[in-house]
Amino acid sequence: MKAFFARHMFACTLAALFSALLAVISLFLLLTGLDMAPAQRALHFEALAQQAGMLAALAAILLMLLAASLKQVFDAWFTPLSRLAEEAALLSANPGHRAAPKGAATVRLLAERLNALAAASQRVGDEGQARLDSAMRSLADEKNRLAALMADLMLGVVVCNLEGRILLYNTRAAQLLDSGTSMGLGRSVFGVVERGLIVHALEQVQHQLREDDCDEHDAAHPVSAFVATQAAGQVMRIQMAPVLDQDQALNGFVLTVEDISRQAQAQERDSALLEALTLGARSALANIRAAAETLRAFPDMEAERRLRFTAVIEEESQLLAQRVDASAARHDDSAKSRWQLEEMRGADLMALLLRRMQGRSLQIVPGPPPEPTLWLSVDSYVLCQALTNLAERITPVAGALHLEFQHAGRLAQIDLAWEGEPPPDGDPELAVMIERHGGDSMLLTEAPGRMRWRLLLPTLLPRAAVELPRKRQGRPAFYDFDLFHQPGQSAEMDARPLALLNYTVFDTETTGLDPAGGDEIISIGALRIVNGRLLQQESFERLLRPRHGVSPQSMAIHGISDAMLKDQPNSTEVLPLFHRYAEDSVLVAHNAAFDMRFLRMQEDAADVVFGQPVLDTLLLSQVLHPNQAEHSLEAIAARLGVAVVGRHTALGDAYVTAEVFLRMLALLAEMGIVTLGQARDAAGRTPYARIHY
Amino acid sequence: MTHKILIVDDEPNIVLSLEFLMEQSGYTVAVARDGEEALAQMASFRPDLVLLDIMLPKMNGYEVCQKIRATPDWAGVRVLMLSAKGRELEVSKGLALGADGYVTKPFSTRDLMDQVRRLLDE
Repeated sequence: MKAFFARHMFACTLAALFSALLAVISLFLLLTGLDMAPAQRALHFEALAQQAGMLAALAAILLMLLAASLKQVFDAWFTPLSRLAEEAALLSANPGHRAAPKGAATVRLLAERLNALAAASQRVGDEGQARLDSAMRSLADEKNRLAALMADLMLGVVVCNLEGRILLYNTRAAQLLDSGTSMGLGRSVFGVVERGLIVHALEQVQHQLREDDCDEHDAAHPVSAFVATQAAGQVMRIQMAPVLDQDQALNGFVLTVEDISRQAQAQERDSALLEALTLGARSALANIRAAAETLRAFPDMEAERRLRFTAVIEEESQLLAQRVDASAARHDDSAKSRWQLEEMRGADLMALLLRRMQGRSLQIVPGPPPEPTLWLSVDSYVLCQALTNLAERITPVAGALHLEFQHAGRLAQIDLAWEGEPPPDGDPELAVMIERHGGDSMLLTEAPGRMRWRLLLPTLLPRAAVELPRKRQGRPAFYDFDLFHQPGQSAEMDARPLALLNYTVFDTETTGLDPAGGDEIISIGALRIVNGRLLQQESFERLLRPRHGVSPQSMAIHGISDAMLKDQPNSTEVLPLFHRYAEDSVLVAHNAAFDMRFLRMQEDAADVVFGQPVLDTLLLSQVLHPNQAEHSLEAIAARLGVAVVGRHTALGDAYVTAEVFLRMLALLAEMGIVTLGQARDAAGRTPYARIHY
Repeated sequence: MTHKILIVDDEPNIVLSLEFLMEQSGYTVAVARDGEEALAQMASFRPDLVLLDIMLPKMNGYEVCQKIRATPDWAGVRVLMLSAKGRELEVSKGLALGADGYVTKPFSTRDLMDQVRRLLDE
């Protein structure tokens, strides 16, 4: 019934209204008739009966009038409103739909308002979608890059969560670690690497993380390395780096795996060779020298004895010559790379050893820790394991076991002292461990019943703080580029504080030194500084294919060969990318005129203009230290205490420049140079700048 | 009374010089070619000083030195180690095990004689 009514809304309404009207009129006529005297009443009904045709005609006219006005109401209000309701419902499915304004003015206004609302909501939706799309795209890119990187690595990489479940690994890791089918996503890493080693390394990393917490300035990235031997006898060097979550808590770890079997073998061979040569040479030389000196000291020796001495000299000389020849022949040039044990501070090793021994509920009395300059090269896992095993075999008759670390000349002494019997013999692993560390051990009896087992290990020189870089050659200090009249400079920019500006710090490598003669940029590396922070994650690094080849002199500096560039995009493709990267920032480079000149040469072809203001760390260094002779990037880095890493790659140099620049900002502020304009003015007054412009 | 010196070395080419030099300086000399023979000579020859090589057949020099030091009867015997093993580690070990001196091969015969004389005079 309802459905029928809804479908025939107009007809039903019309019928209802018309019937109601007819009923009212009929009732009126009936009631007026009933009110009259009987004679009159008869006349009234008679007249009505006579007029029936006209009444019917009147009713028809009334029906038409009613229909017409009802249609008007329906067209202006009812129909457009129902349609609008439907269209509003449609929006959830199609946000792009817009209602057509129809019907009465108010209804049209409602439609327009609804459209405006729909447009606003669509805009918000589109923007959200666009952001989502771009985030997904960059995530996918990132994933692909990571996958490509990992696939091509010669290193095995395994990423695990804290429980040791494998989240990611590359084929190399599978080749290196997997003898069967244990390697797989979601599987436990303990299937491929011995659990004890992982737990040991994790402990080390956690320990380092805790230490770093106490000492905020120590930015050292905690890593732990160990050596694992596979069933087939290969030796793997595995390094563990922590994965931290947002709260800097340990969340998982990354293992990098490297097959060092060859290096290990080569090193063993080398050491054996060297030792044989040294020992042999020393003996032979001793025999020769003693014989020669005896001959000289006793010139009146009887002839027969003299003959025996000269025979010794001859025989030993020949033997020595043969030994040297044989060693030289066996020397393997290719085995230069060294199997490196882990470098560790003696105090850390002692702490680790103590924790390990106490973990096995041994009663240990530790001596004072060794001085912080004591560094050892050790496989801490094997060493702790072997020493703990030894400690377990010792049973002091009275008191506890004493653990003492001492620095004796270039050796470290690790002593276990106790009262009682010597330990029972026989841990072959202990002897192997000692030999592998190039150490030696001995059992000393200090007094009857007082034993001391001593391990001697060679020490390392204390670590140098900053690795001094090679000297950069071949790049002239001046270049004909006017840094001080960039089109993007303005009074408004100049007034802005240096601390609030965004910077793009970049460096380029080139085919040669003559941009006018056709040399071109072949590599751009850049980093951004935003809010005074160097954003290391968002670096820019691209190789560019030049039109002509790389000059041999330049190749010697940056090591980029033509072969590496042949499949790279050219400058017309890369410069627009770099332009976008550097947008809305101040450019910073060391000896910026050089890089800017090269960029300028290629701007037209790439249809971009690098017009923003430029700061030059070479000139700023002159502002800060006008009396220093050296303003090379190395010299400045050393002066400002910046560690130099990865030099002579564009990104590596950009990194050093950025670190240098950040430190310079603080120093400039101390000199009262706080705005961009002040920095540019001061740089413009330096002798380097004056010479040229 | 002349001092007695025991030379323990398995290389005849060095023993030749050492023996001659010691005899020329007026010492009584005996020679042992390996570790076990050295210990036997300790008991029969009763030397005042032992010139002890480390790399020996049967028993190495470190062990011989330890045995000497562990025997109260031989308490006054001087031990001078004489070895081509010249790393700090080995020197340190030799001295820790009770040697009175450690001479690395090759050596100057004059220095060696000086050291022998000094040890015997002490």
